[in-house]
Amino acid sequence: MRSRLWLELSGFTLLALAVAALPRFISDFRARELAIVGMYFIALIGLSILTGYSGQISLGHGAFMAIGGYTTAVLSVNGVYGHQIRDLWTIPIAGVIAGLAGLLVGVPALRLSGLYLALITFGIAVSFPQLPKKFDHFLGGTTGKILDLAKPPFGLATTPNNWMYYLTWGIALVLLGAAWLLVRGKTGRALKAIRDSEVAAASSGVKLATYKTLAFGISAFYAGVAGSLYAIANAYVNPDVFPIILSVYLVVGLAVGGLESLVGLIAGAGLIYFLQNHADTVARWINQLPALNLDPKQPGIPSMIFGVVLIVVMLLLPTGAGGVARRLFGSLTTRFYTRS
Amino acid sequence: MALLALLEVDNVSRRFGGIVALDAVSFTAEAGEIVGLIGPNGAGKTTAFNVITRLYTPDEGDVRFNGETLLETPPSGIIQRGIARTFQNVELFRGMTVLDNVRVGAHARAGEQRPEDVLFYVNLHSVRHRSPLELPYATQKRVELARALASGPQLLLLDEPAGGLSHEEVEQLGKFIKRLRDDFELTILLVEHHMGLVMSVANRVHVLDFGEKIAEGTPSEIQSNPAVIEAYLGAPA
Repeated sequence: MRSRLWLELSGFTLLALAVAALPRFISDFRARELAIVGMYFIALIGLSILTGYSGQISLGHGAFMAIGGYTTAVLSVNGVYGHQIRDLWTIPIAGVIAGLAGLLVGVPALRLSGLYLALITFGIAVSFPQLPKKFDHFLGGTTGKILDLAKPPFGLATTPNNWMYYLTWGIALVLLGAAWLLVRGKTGRALKAIRDSEVAAASSGVKLATYKTLAFGISAFYAGVAGSLYAIANAYVNPDVFPIILSVYLVVGLAVGGLESLVGLIAGAGLIYFLQNHADTVARWINQLPALNLDPKQPGIPSMIFGVVLIVVMLLLPTGAGGVARRLFGSLTTRFYTRS
Repeated sequence: MALLALLEVDNVSRRFGGIVALDAVSFTAEAGEIVGLIGPNGAGKTTAFNVITRLYTPDEGDVRFNGETLLETPPSGIIQRGIARTFQNVELFRGMTVLDNVRVGAHARAGEQRPEDVLFYVNLHSVRHRSPLELPYATQKRVELARALASGPQLLLLDEPAGGLSHEEVEQLGKFIKRLRDDFELTILLVEHHMGLVMSVANRVHVLDFGEKIAEGTPSEIQSNPAVIEAYLGAPA
């Protein structure tokens, strides 16, 4: 389908242009917010490969983000044999370490599916925060580790927040392109085949164990990169930076973005950031309704808002933002296709 | 008797708990043959397919292909050995286009057959960008067939290809299966309930009943075999 390819390529170009131009029009603080949205986006791309394409659920991706974040912290604070590594170069290493952890989790995951896999991965999410407390010499315990503040390298004349924005979205675009190549090729077909029918996939020569484990590894790599960026942007890591609920937020973002839609995940990433940090704004909007008077500062209100918005979004858009986009553009591509 | 059969199912037994799905069953398929495998519901036909394609491991016996055992090959390696199959209840990849379904068929043996060519052959090229879910059941079965052909197999296992077809379509399917055998130089093992189809295309027929092989022969021999008639119609009163 040539028209589909052009649509996707031009969509990607537009996205890249928008990413490059946006900081001119927004405040430094908004740039920082969008950088964090970009990090969620990266983690969601990985989760989409795992859950959307290979059909394996993970309620533990926050732990892979944490592995990435802690890798960056250890390498840039403790260093290797006394040599501290610049934060920038720790990002790929953090991805690889988290990816290896993902492969490791992928092996037992071969024997499990559905609810059981969800529980096992959730177990990882729950138990991970205990590790830094146990190995507090190395990982900083509950107080955590403090990193150097992020600053633009090579004497680039830009603010730290703008630098984090460009760094995150630059990496996000590269990883988006890589994921796009992966899912539209042989590997992506094999993953989807496994998701849709394991017996037919095996009978077609798809090695189930290899591809399912690979999906876990790739997915955890993405989460690790996201976690590394998150640690750099925050300039500290402790167990609360990667809370258990983060894993749940990621699954929420995936559902909102659309399981199979890579670009739609930006909407999912935006929503999970927005609802975590701006639930009070939503509360004020809701207060416009007659006979309602929520106190935005009251504890519990943000979580409640999160839940209510999530229910409304899923009722209105059961296939996520990606499903809506496909309905809009899908008719466009079919029309192109039947005319040619 | 040929020197070497392409496929040899040799004394295969397979039990599920207390149920004996296959009881020391043996049969062969020689290169270029269309072999029918028939029997009432629950006779073990699909179990035999699943043993040949390694989805099940037999409790006893051996399955040989080109003279070498298949039992050391994992399920995903079967297609590399040259065996492709379709499924009784259509196992298509629901979230993929027809073309991508067929491309997965060529996953392990790319270059044997061009997926686009196979789709032309089975007359599905015009729907290649559609989802298989939008197609009628009989057409979905054809997508499965195309997926199996995309690997360029030597042996094709067809599990009830006539499911969901009208009377005229079954006649056409019979001619199509023979043409398929000739054009792709295939050996075909056919599980089918539709007796007319099996009798018109098969060179030889094996009959299973309650996991045991009760008869073997040409279609006309099978039709007059008392044991077969009894299995299908019940014991005479």
